[in-house]
Amino acid sequence: MLCPMTTTTLQNPISTLGRLTQQFFCGFGNLTVFALKVVSRLHAGLPKRHVVVPILYEIGVRSVPVILVTGTFIGMVLAVQTHQQFKMMHMESRLGAIITMTLVSELGPVLAATMLAGRVGSSMAAELGTMRVTEQIHAISALGADPIRYLVVPRFLACVALIPLLTAIADGIGILAGWMFSCKVLGVNSHHYWMYAEQFVTGWDVMAGLIKSIFFGCSIAIIACRQGFHCGSGAEGVGRAATQSFVMSFIAILGMDFLLTVVLNTTYYMIWPQAVSLAVGGLW
Amino acid sequence: MDKQTPAVIELSGICCVFGGRKVLWNVNLGIRRGETVAIVGESGCGKSVTMKVMMQLLQPTSGTLKWFGTNVRDMTADQQLQQRLRLGYLFQGAALFDSLTVFENVAFGLRQTGERNEDRIADTVRERLQEVGLSTDIIGHRPSEISGGMQKRVGLARALALSPDVMFYDEPTTGLDPVNSRRIDELIQSVSESRGVTGVIVTHDLRTVQRVADRIIMLYPRHKLSDDQNQVIFDGSLTQLTASREDRILEYVGDEFGGQLSGVSETTDQSELRKTA
Repeated sequence: MLCPMTTTTLQNPISTLGRLTQQFFCGFGNLTVFALKVVSRLHAGLPKRHVVVPILYEIGVRSVPVILVTGTFIGMVLAVQTHQQFKMMHMESRLGAIITMTLVSELGPVLAATMLAGRVGSSMAAELGTMRVTEQIHAISALGADPIRYLVVPRFLACVALIPLLTAIADGIGILAGWMFSCKVLGVNSHHYWMYAEQFVTGWDVMAGLIKSIFFGCSIAIIACRQGFHCGSGAEGVGRAATQSFVMSFIAILGMDFLLTVVLNTTYYMIWPQAVSLAVGGLW
Repeated sequence: MDKQTPAVIELSGICCVFGGRKVLWNVNLGIRRGETVAIVGESGCGKSVTMKVMMQLLQPTSGTLKWFGTNVRDMTADQQLQQRLRLGYLFQGAALFDSLTVFENVAFGLRQTGERNEDRIADTVRERLQEVGLSTDIIGHRPSEISGGMQKRVGLARALALSPDVMFYDEPTTGLDPVNSRRIDELIQSVSESRGVTGVIVTHDLRTVQRVADRIIMLYPRHKLSDDQNQVIFDGSLTQLTASREDRILEYVGDEFGGQLSGVSETTDQSELRKTA
């Protein structure tokens, strides 16, 4: 026997689809309004040092170990996987190009953003959610302060400022680990490794990765703070806010990664139409 | 309290609807300068919502809120901020900031208003802590390191630091032992008598009502009323409340206050005689 919810869903797929679409647009609209509120507070000056320093420490310094560990393993996994494929075509010497390009343009920014969403975003959503549940956010308003300016703006600025650094660290450690594994374990020639890396990876690729990371940082901060600010009641509400914050951030990161890749690549080929592509003009 | 005394807080036709559920519907009430008003009613009748609407921590679905005779909607953001600083709020769970020390909690409002002189801030914080009967030894403690009763008093000190004209107390004695409850009641009384602060208290505790309230407003759950019925089912003194024979009031008084009511009329009369004297 079907439960009432399932029956309703099966009987009215169109209305269910309509409801979900409505929920999606309502959620997106609320997120946009929240983002505009945050942006409108930016002109009021930078947050005070005693407010922003602990947040910078939490988001930046305490994220470094996890970024180092994941970056190292991603670099080594890339080396192992690509080496198998390239060896069949006797192109192992070009491993440096593919590892470095993959890391700086895609994996580095996405990896750093995912770590930030999981470690910092969920924590921010839970922290602000707890403040909502225990009426601390109302207390801030009652004492004449603006909760968005006091709580969200410093977190937003810290995320935006630090994520390019974390991305650069992830890129660097990944490239280093990829080189170490490729040259010291898999026996790839070190000179060729760096030569091809330098030949195919341009400054634009590095910049594109860092530009993406800034967008990821913005979306993580806005989503996490919004979920915390509007979390449901009790421990359940806080837990759900933290989970939703990570899931929504992750989807946003992947969606934005796709869109930004298309936009940045199009821009690149508009500016430099004769540029050599790694896939088209170089390796193949 | 003279009914001609101007209202410092006034609600007109306030409606609050959350997710299709009517919590407040066409509520009209005013708080007059200098009086202490207790808002009572069974759980879920909208007492705390009413108080949060008065403080503008919640936006009503419709209706008008006036602070000190001016419609809040007619005020600019700066005017609203200035007027809001004349209102203090003691939250049910004190709502102290976990990441800040007791000192920083009490100093928070002062710093937000632009006070830069750290010596003056420190003096004010110490004065307020002493006023609520706390030792200044705890100023370096985090809220989690002090008891619930002390947290309430720090919350009160934080609200009083801005010298408000009106104080809102959301269930100030809930979860406290009788000794701490009495202390909080005495503090509310002393704040209203020594500073002439207008008070609004949401409570279930008849003893608190008996000790501190000049006037009692009773709300009734909206879902138990028809649209044309008034949600404010009582507005008067404790003596009038206990003398009332209305079923809805008797039902609440019986359920919520139980045996606490015995001797209330006599005590209240004595208290009124004492005040008159």
